[in-house]
Amino acid sequence: VEAPATRFAEACAAERLDFQWDPLAERAVFYPRLVSPFSGTTELEWRTSAGLGVVYATTTVHHREEPPRNVALIDLDEGFRMLSRVEATGVRIGMRVQVAFNEGTPVFLPA
Amino acid sequence: VTGVAIAGVAESELGAVAPGTTALDLMGQASARALADCGLEAKDVDGLFAASGQLAMATVSLGEYLGIRPRHGDSTNVGGASFVAHLAHAAAAIATGRCEVALIAYGSTQRLLGRASAAIGERDPYEAPFKAPMPVTAYALAAARHMHEYATSPEQLAEVAVSARAWAARNPLAFEREPLTVEDVLAAPRVADPLGVRDCCLVTDGGAAAVVVSAERAASLRRAPVHVLGVAEAQSHRHIASMPDLTVTAARESGARAFAEAGLTPGDVDLLMLYDAFTITPILFLEDLGFCAKGEGGPFVEGGRTAPGGSGPPMNTNGGGLSYQHPGMYGLLEVVEAVRQLRGEGGERQVQGAEVALVHANGGVLSSQCTALLGAQATT
Repeated sequence: VEAPATRFAEACAAERLDFQWDPLAERAVFYPRLVSPFSGTTELEWRTSAGLGVVYATTTVHHREEPPRNVALIDLDEGFRMLSRVEATGVRIGMRVQVAFNEGTPVFLPA
Repeated sequence: VTGVAIAGVAESELGAVAPGTTALDLMGQASARALADCGLEAKDVDGLFAASGQLAMATVSLGEYLGIRPRHGDSTNVGGASFVAHLAHAAAAIATGRCEVALIAYGSTQRLLGRASAAIGERDPYEAPFKAPMPVTAYALAAARHMHEYATSPEQLAEVAVSARAWAARNPLAFEREPLTVEDVLAAPRVADPLGVRDCCLVTDGGAAAVVVSAERAASLRRAPVHVLGVAEAQSHRHIASMPDLTVTAARESGARAFAEAGLTPGDVDLLMLYDAFTITPILFLEDLGFCAKGEGGPFVEGGRTAPGGSGPPMNTNGGGLSYQHPGMYGLLEVVEAVRQLRGEGGERQVQGAEVALVHANGGVLSSQCTALLGAQATT
């Protein structure tokens, strides 16, 4: 079988944020895997997210030698949560965001 | 009640150990000291329980080091909570005759080696691109969410560190003993908002060990037994993005099960040992273990209530991971302190009349949660 991480990375390279759908539990699965944690099905479907979501939690990480960097948890409208960053200042919980791709990495911008 | 007791405990050398010392050296040293504490020898041990971030097969390494060929081994690694999980596993193994004398051990030289080289690598393809230092980023996200939902303040987080430092001032083995104020915590360099350096645990070397036997056997050994009244494990996720609600931990489950086994309630607890890898964690655990309602953990710690002489329950009386020692997986050191307090060996920091202690340990990124209720008496 194709590795889920490979399939996800290929979509990102094509600037698509893909996720899996469990047709039995009728809910999104993320991170991608071979078995659903909800129903146990191995017949997970791939879907493409609209890339719109809300900031669930956010932090600014401080490095000694680099500028501060955002890390956030994003709740996508399709019902899954992912770790990413919002490339903006003044990031707040509850902020609407839209996916963007930075060298194949799915990051977010204010919507 | 589990029917087992902790007969001996010890720390290894702590803080910053001599160059060349290995994690296994500290694990072995703590083991020898814990066995000496209760008057047993390596040849008496037939069950080994161990974990370390630096050893992939901890009990196998420890057996070789001490010359023990156990008939029961358990290298369960669920992060800092591993050793309370070991306590549960040891109780089960003793109850079913798999072993009679269980040795639980830990060692780490993460300060000596640097945190990155003292960890077995585990790269996640979905998190790695964001270069989020773990575990601190995950705890910062949880703190941020708790502040958002419950108006928990940076000052309330700081109270946890200040209380720990006040206890550490009474512990000769604590790494940081200088006075610390809320203002100091707030003014410290930022690590990951809202957490600054003083909201984060120390990075030290160290090890610990505990000897567990049946309550019956413990009664014949040289130290007053500390009974395992209840002990339980739980886990909810491995990655912070998979934690359903960042303000609710699986301590709700481990705590409820441990209290049920012990037949106790939070009101029976005289001493709280709550894993303080970051200042947000004891606040979450106070709520999830039933010492206050969800969202009230911040107000609970205000005004030095958990510090020496405070109006609330004494918490983290060794100085905690924040001011005493944190070698990376801190849980066994919590057990050591609880045992000392229940034996009345707390010295300047002794909690008078302590009969029941709650030890709660955490692992990963709020991932694994293990709770034990320990008692000076077999029944309460």
